[in-house]
Amino acid sequence: MTHTSDLAPDLPPDLAPAHEALEEASFLRDTVRAFRRNRMAMVGLAFVVALVVCAVFAPWISPHDPYRVALDEQLLGPSRTYWLGTDNFGRDVLTRILYGARISLVVGIVPSLISLAIGAVMGILSGYLGGRTDFVVMRLADMMIAFPSLLLAMVVMYTLGANLLNIFLALALVGWASVARVVRSQTLALREKEFIEAARANGTSRSRIMFGHIFPNVIPTLIVLFSLSIPEAIMWESSLSFLGVGVQPPEASWGLLVAKGKEYMFQAPTVAIAPGIAILLTVLAFNFIGDGLRDALDPSMKD
Amino acid sequence: MLMFAVRRILVSIPVLIGITLILFVMLNVVPGDPIALMMKEHASPEVIARVREQMHLDDPMISRYFSFLWNAVQGDLGNSIKLNRPVTDLILKAFPNTLLLAVCAALVSWVVGIPAGILSAVRRDSFLDRFFMGFSLLGVSMPIFWSALLLQYVFAMKLKLLPVSGFYGWQYLVLPSIVLGWSSAGVIARLTRSSLLEVMRLDYIRTARAKGLRETGVITRHALKNALIPVVTIMAIQVAGLLSGAVITEAIFSIPGVGRITVSAISSRDMPLLQGAVLFATVLVILGNLVADILYSILDPRIRAQMRSEAS
Repeated sequence: MTHTSDLAPDLPPDLAPAHEALEEASFLRDTVRAFRRNRMAMVGLAFVVALVVCAVFAPWISPHDPYRVALDEQLLGPSRTYWLGTDNFGRDVLTRILYGARISLVVGIVPSLISLAIGAVMGILSGYLGGRTDFVVMRLADMMIAFPSLLLAMVVMYTLGANLLNIFLALALVGWASVARVVRSQTLALREKEFIEAARANGTSRSRIMFGHIFPNVIPTLIVLFSLSIPEAIMWESSLSFLGVGVQPPEASWGLLVAKGKEYMFQAPTVAIAPGIAILLTVLAFNFIGDGLRDALDPSMKD
Repeated sequence: MLMFAVRRILVSIPVLIGITLILFVMLNVVPGDPIALMMKEHASPEVIARVREQMHLDDPMISRYFSFLWNAVQGDLGNSIKLNRPVTDLILKAFPNTLLLAVCAALVSWVVGIPAGILSAVRRDSFLDRFFMGFSLLGVSMPIFWSALLLQYVFAMKLKLLPVSGFYGWQYLVLPSIVLGWSSAGVIARLTRSSLLEVMRLDYIRTARAKGLRETGVITRHALKNALIPVVTIMAIQVAGLLSGAVITEAIFSIPGVGRITVSAISSRDMPLLQGAVLFATVLVILGNLVADILYSILDPRIRAQMRSEAS
């Protein structure tokens, strides 16, 4: 349990700070230690760090120009110049994958952050205020969860048009409801705790209790949900792009690379297979990190 | 029991109505004239005006929503703009194919997932356990469209054992079912494993062992009965995952199902068809969740007791 440093001003000054600081430090230390013991999580973390470096420095480290068309070098097999061969326009597959990593990572992170923010606010409001707010928010969440995610995202893309910003919106819309449910159930448990009762007795305002006291205590859960929703978002984006309602050419997301490459499966299978491996490894890596974080931060969430 | 089922059904009606509203609003705020957009430059302004009138597109949105809802309840989802045929007919004609694919995929996932989960739990931390859990993690982490391409490449293009795509006989269903079943097999295997491990810790299992039952008897006669309850209920919820997955699987394997209708409705900007197909799929998912909850309460008396105490 993280106790908040925000709690300190509400308590007598000589009581709170030292104790809180001590507990927070040891919680953090325990978490890091538990995470580092998890070998798969560390492997996942190493992979993701390497991927982020590749994505950020793609223009400097990639061997070729991702948009350069060379019609005399179409669909070449892997060679020393083109490690993973070339596509139907003679573009280097490895370079396209490195540039695709930028889109996939952004698509993994941004919508997850949005849905996390919405889900956290909705969940805390719903759980703490209860009553009519709770009813409305939870029915809204029920609807979103009943909608098949891919179809919902496809409808959003149909309405708003296929581009990166709308992918963010579509995926955030798909994701917030399950976050809200988890945060709500945690809020329900937290509001019965003594420190919340103490804050209430102190005359602390409702919004301060919700976002100054309850929110810091759901952060560990939010971190876990965040790390597990990144691979999910990457999967959804690649599916949308594969179906033609996601990222549009000449941009290259991994799902789009697989979709374009599938036409040339027979002549040059690496064009479609290589970006798929990139998706698979990235999703696996994030899942390992998520599992590691969950075990380290919140063992009670372990299934 | 009946009371619980009735209450559960009543709760899903507002959810369903809310979903129709969300869906309707989302599809009807498309910027630009949907008819002009769809017919491109082929249509004269008079034709566009006539079609708009036929579809009541000039009425206020709220009245259009209520007539949409009223018609949908009676099974009328309007006409496809592109194919000029009732949406309901198109969906009902395609649905058996989707259902067949989903059932085959579900069978694959149960036949593979449940035994794999049981073996993993019984031989916990063994090589077999790691192998199965690794395999199921792979299934969950692989994009469906990519595993489909891989299997097509290996089994259809290279080994020529199965057809690449199309829908003319049972052999056309093998690869799509494996592709679609694999990811849910992973989910089923993990759930079976964790549920069985949990049950094996309980007192009544210790009692069964203490009275001298052999381990296989303890597992098959006692532990599995309880361990499989969550697994059975997840099967109904699986419908949702399989339907989402079917969209992609049908597109890749050219199976004329509801998923392919959805994708083609998007690319041809056929709004009524898209609306109908998505609504249809969503109703199926809600039904799946409903069946899951009711099944759960039938199989697990504790849930019923909890419901009763909540109600009183």
